[in-house]
Amino acid sequence: MSETADRVKKIVVEHLGVEAEKVTEDASFIDDLGADSLDIVELVMAFEEEFEVEIPDDAAEKITTVKDAITFIDEHKG
Amino acid sequence: MFDLTGMTALVTGASGGIGSAIAEALAGQGARLAVSGSNVAKLEAYRDTLGGDHVALPCDLSDAASVDALVPAAVAALGKIDILVNNAGVTRDNLILRMKDDEWDQVIRVNLEAAFRLMRAAAKPMMKARFGRIISITSVVGTTGNPGQANYAASKAGIVGMSKALGQELASRNITVNCVAPGFIRSAMTEVLPDAQKDALNARIPMGAMGEGGDIGAAVAYLASREAGYVTGQTLHVNGGMAMI
Repeated sequence: MSETADRVKKIVVEHLGVEAEKVTEDASFIDDLGADSLDIVELVMAFEEEFEVEIPDDAAEKITTVKDAITFIDEHKG
Repeated sequence: MFDLTGMTALVTGASGGIGSAIAEALAGQGARLAVSGSNVAKLEAYRDTLGGDHVALPCDLSDAASVDALVPAAVAALGKIDILVNNAGVTRDNLILRMKDDEWDQVIRVNLEAAFRLMRAAAKPMMKARFGRIISITSVVGTTGNPGQANYAASKAGIVGMSKALGQELASRNITVNCVAPGFIRSAMTEVLPDAQKDALNARIPMGAMGEGGDIGAAVAYLASREAGYVTGQTLHVNGGMAMI
């Protein structure tokens, strides 16, 4: 597992208060992890801070699974 | 009760009549303030009269960039923002048939759009902190209407609707969003009215007199307090009973 994936999963566990085992790469934030739209906004803010990347609104809308987040961050982090 | 010690607040229009009473009420309960206004000299003089370690942050609420910079400046100066009070407002009264586009635009921009920008900016640090109090000063006119104030009434009613939407969005993060709607409040503007006109105004108020700025300050201090945490999306009317809603 990549370093990005570890850090992303840690943030998801902390923010959504879910068990680490549930945070698989295929897990959907809303359908599998119980996030609501406000949680997604907060997760995106947390990712931006942790990885020092900017996630524009149109990109954020496409991030629906843990894997989506990891992929975006790997492609854009400095 | 209603102790605000350790809390910080940004108050717009703080050197005005009602704004200064709000600032004094919050500071009196122990909050540390960032007071904002457009007149730099007046604002800094007012900050000095408040005493304590409050800060003055000048801002032109008709300028979007200036408004967007205000909450970050308050967070930088105070370390956090627990309470946002949207108090500043302008009037450009005219009958609708005579109302110019810029009279409409100016009132909507300063009263409604600036409130939106400040709420949007404050929501982020408040969400992170899992605590926030957003309080906007509206007006009885936003509920009852008033001839010659189509723009002003629309802007104040707009803030009420916006506050209800935001109250629902942010409730799960322990952020409350409320309004305080003054009726007639004694001010430099009302003091110069002829006695006959004052009497006519007072006759419409069951309490028989205009309110004081402190009446509004007390309502804001309550809504800002930890004890008011279960109150959101509401408008607290402070008007001596002239409109019972």
